[in-house]
Amino acid sequence: MSRSGPVAAYGPILAVALLLAMLPVATSANTILNSMVMALLIALAGQGWNILGGYGGQFSFGHAVFFGTGAYVTALLQARFGVNAYVAFAAGIAAGAMVGTILGYLSFRSGLRGSYFALVTLAFAEVFRILANATAFTGGAAGTLVKLDVRPENFQFSSRAVFFWIALGLVTAVMLGVRFMERSRFGAWLVAVRENEDAARALGVDTLKVKIQAITLSAGVTAAAGGFYVQYFLFIDANLAYGTWISIEALLVPIVGGLGTVFGPLIGAVALHGLAEATKAIAGRIPGIDLALYGSLLVLAIAFAPNGLQGLMAKIGRGLSFGRAP
Amino acid sequence: MFSPEIVTAAVLNGLLTGAVYALVSVALTLVYGVLHIINFAHGATLTAAMFAAYVAWQAGIDPLVAVIGLAPLFFVLGYAVQRWIIGPASHGEDRNILLVTLGLSIVIENVLLATFRSDTRSIDVPYGFSSVDLGFVFLPMPRVIAFGITCVVALLLWILLARTDAGKAIRAVAKDKLGAALVGIDVPHVYAVTFGLGAACLAVAACVLLPSYFVNPRVGNAYVLVAFTVVVLGGMGSVPGAVIGGLFIGIVESLSGLYFGESLGQLGIFLIFILVLLVRPTGLFGARA
Amino acid sequence: MTTHRFGTTRRQVLLAGAGLAGTLGMPGLVRAQAAAVKVGVLQPLTGALAQDGQAGQLGAELAIKAINAAGGIKSLGGAKIEAVMGDARSTPEGGTAEVERLAAENVSAIVGGFASPICLAATQAASRYDLPYIVDVGVNDQIVSRGLKNTFRFAPGSSMVSGQALDNLVKLNDAAGKPMKTVVLVHEDGLFGSGLAKLLQAELPKRGFEVIDTIAHPTPARDMSNVALQIKAKNPDLVIPSSYYGEFVLLARTMQQQRVKPKGIYAVLNGAASNYRFVKEFPEAAQFVIDTNHWYDPRNATAIALKKEVEAQGKFFLYNVALNYSAMLLLADAIERAGSADRAKIIAALETSTFGGHIMPYGPTKFVNGQNTGAAAVNTQVQNGDIKVIFPEAFSDAKAVFPVPA
Repeated sequence: MSRSGPVAAYGPILAVALLLAMLPVATSANTILNSMVMALLIALAGQGWNILGGYGGQFSFGHAVFFGTGAYVTALLQARFGVNAYVAFAAGIAAGAMVGTILGYLSFRSGLRGSYFALVTLAFAEVFRILANATAFTGGAAGTLVKLDVRPENFQFSSRAVFFWIALGLVTAVMLGVRFMERSRFGAWLVAVRENEDAARALGVDTLKVKIQAITLSAGVTAAAGGFYVQYFLFIDANLAYGTWISIEALLVPIVGGLGTVFGPLIGAVALHGLAEATKAIAGRIPGIDLALYGSLLVLAIAFAPNGLQGLMAKIGRGLSFGRAP
Repeated sequence: MFSPEIVTAAVLNGLLTGAVYALVSVALTLVYGVLHIINFAHGATLTAAMFAAYVAWQAGIDPLVAVIGLAPLFFVLGYAVQRWIIGPASHGEDRNILLVTLGLSIVIENVLLATFRSDTRSIDVPYGFSSVDLGFVFLPMPRVIAFGITCVVALLLWILLARTDAGKAIRAVAKDKLGAALVGIDVPHVYAVTFGLGAACLAVAACVLLPSYFVNPRVGNAYVLVAFTVVVLGGMGSVPGAVIGGLFIGIVESLSGLYFGESLGQLGIFLIFILVLLVRPTGLFGARA
Repeated sequence: MTTHRFGTTRRQVLLAGAGLAGTLGMPGLVRAQAAAVKVGVLQPLTGALAQDGQAGQLGAELAIKAINAAGGIKSLGGAKIEAVMGDARSTPEGGTAEVERLAAENVSAIVGGFASPICLAATQAASRYDLPYIVDVGVNDQIVSRGLKNTFRFAPGSSMVSGQALDNLVKLNDAAGKPMKTVVLVHEDGLFGSGLAKLLQAELPKRGFEVIDTIAHPTPARDMSNVALQIKAKNPDLVIPSSYYGEFVLLARTMQQQRVKPKGIYAVLNGAASNYRFVKEFPEAAQFVIDTNHWYDPRNATAIALKKEVEAQGKFFLYNVALNYSAMLLLADAIERAGSADRAKIIAALETSTFGGHIMPYGPTKFVNGQNTGAAAVNTQVQNGDIKVIFPEAFSDAKAVFPVPA
């Protein structure tokens, strides 16, 4: 694919964002808005994962460590030090990114790749979870509550629509950023690392530096999702922040949606969220049936769309155009 | 701080707990060593096996007897799942294997939830409260039995891998999949056999675990992270490494629990885990880079 | 007001017409039927807390069945209560999503939540709609201290329970001639165990007990041998555990295996000591364990009948059943007095509630800042395969065995 102009590169992202932004105009149903906010939150966490995992080829099983750090810093700065919510949110992102840098430095310098890297991230998330659960400063196991005071200057809004737009704004900003990254030299290096790290190094790419930069960016984005989570629910505890659930969601959505693509995480998050809602609606009242159905459909989806939903769409698209060719 | 009796008792207890870790980890490391995948359905498979043992017990069969039937049954199930579900569905892509096993674990866990509901159940076997009296400590009988069975299984597995043709084929595939295929080894079959062996190990672990533990639809997860640690410590793919690693982690957990408190004691495991990964990622017994 | 009433009535008539058409096949049942009042029943039906959630749901359903069988809400022309079920999936996000759905389905109130993190998130989400929310269990004190006007907790919170646990312990000990002096605390390191441990550590010494060790353990724990060994080494008179079900079962069994026999096990809000499954599966390990917990009033005729009904279904009569049953009756009483399905009116009615028709060992209901100050935990003790209330005497159906005979 040749490098396209800025309109072709950024236009679709803005178009999709504008279209989605109409949602609160089309419906005032908070059920849908809340569901979409959750989907966007997961998409944001997945976008972070996608930078490192999708573009850089470094699969992490422990992105909870960044999500949780973003969440805790956002919550603690407000609850303990009375810091303004927006400042706390920014600090949460910075703290998450910093944890990313440190983790990246430690593990990439040791040459960890593949499953080994995945497992070390998993272990870091566990260590943070245990510490957050046992330390008095984080509220220990009781967690930390942000004071309920619904005012825009506190990053608390009575309307779900406002939260929706903020989440959409964050996701869009990251999509634009990732598109910019794709077109930059850094992006090319990162993909080179994914495709063949030794070759990239031979060509003079400082692969260690590229990977550390990528994990820093990746961590910052996922930390933003954590900070947003706190503002939305005003509560965080160790299992929510550093539990395996978010690590899994963060890797699931880009892989399902399309690994190493700008829209992948968003598509994956909306699709999986929709799937979960649908199976919930179909399944009867016996608990567990809906999730079992969800899992089965996930397996089937992978069996028939091994390259993610975008891959599937591309395949269908190609099939159609071949069909039309003489 | 603690009397020598308590410390010795803690070490022995850790050893007994470690035996179960070893068994769960052997299954994980075997699958990893051959298929080079991290099996996310590992915990759910253990849970399923524990429920199978529970059902057998309800039908009047002691878990230690039931294991004779359950281990082959889980071998067949494991074989089938790998051969006809994970293999074809994942198209040979690592990331898809990861997703398929994740999907499977969601299915297994929730089918168990729907079938058995979420109650935590435990069984009361006749030997449940008998113990081996060493004077300063009572070693619970179920866990002593578990330790013995683990040693037997590890030995059998070692013989199988080192001395039989099937073992040779498994080792060949583990080392070089393409080469093995070229000399006529049916690679998908070997994959499935390995997966089946892993599931059979889990069935044994489930049967020895049930008399001293409890079962609910999420119980297996408690053992998965530890198993990962053990596998890394022992070197991914190394069966003897997993056995020694399991026993070692059991002792470390027990002692650090004693000295730093049970909650922070868990930290000891993961710090070792991270340290090993950063300093010697091939593990203490791993040969492959 | 009048026009509103009129509007309601007209709608009721229309709906009654629809109902009529639907029941034409059964002439015996044809009668003017008022519009049902929708009530949300929110419980963690799947995930880690499903056992409790399913019990809670059962309690709410049984209450609704009883209310409807007794003629529904009389001030609304015999309107039936219609349950809209919600599954919080054992997470705060799941709880919030279901509150949104329930609000969209126009429920008049929500009952349930069970776990504190779910209750914190769900009450807050419901407050956006001024949707009355009755918390069934959720013991975290912060649930009712945030100034949410819509939130009511029928059961006691953790500080109330711990206070009562302390008071009752002192009284039990005094009555027995003060046999207990030294204490070891064992608690799970999650939300609910840590807070209690902290409070007990501060308060027990003031009341003449010596805390010689505090042992925290994670959930899930794979092994309790070390905890048992430490207890054995410290040899306390009394062990005070607060853990979830699986861990306490492990602890009790391990203590029995290691021949650790303190003079008493006095649990606080314990997951297992008040659970019939534990008592049934391990009668020996469970014998004489005391718990301070939510429990039904064993002298209440309705409670006894309900217990029979639940057990006839092959289920256990956990406290969640009794609490949700009572909370639903409380809500029905508020709707009755409000004479309306209107959310604000129900909140007003709950604020002034003096409801006494529940099946808990509580006095009349009285909400102060959302907390029912009439609520109280009781002491139960496992005695010969059954769970008995031993304290306070006004509700007890057995005498305490304290200290445990050697």
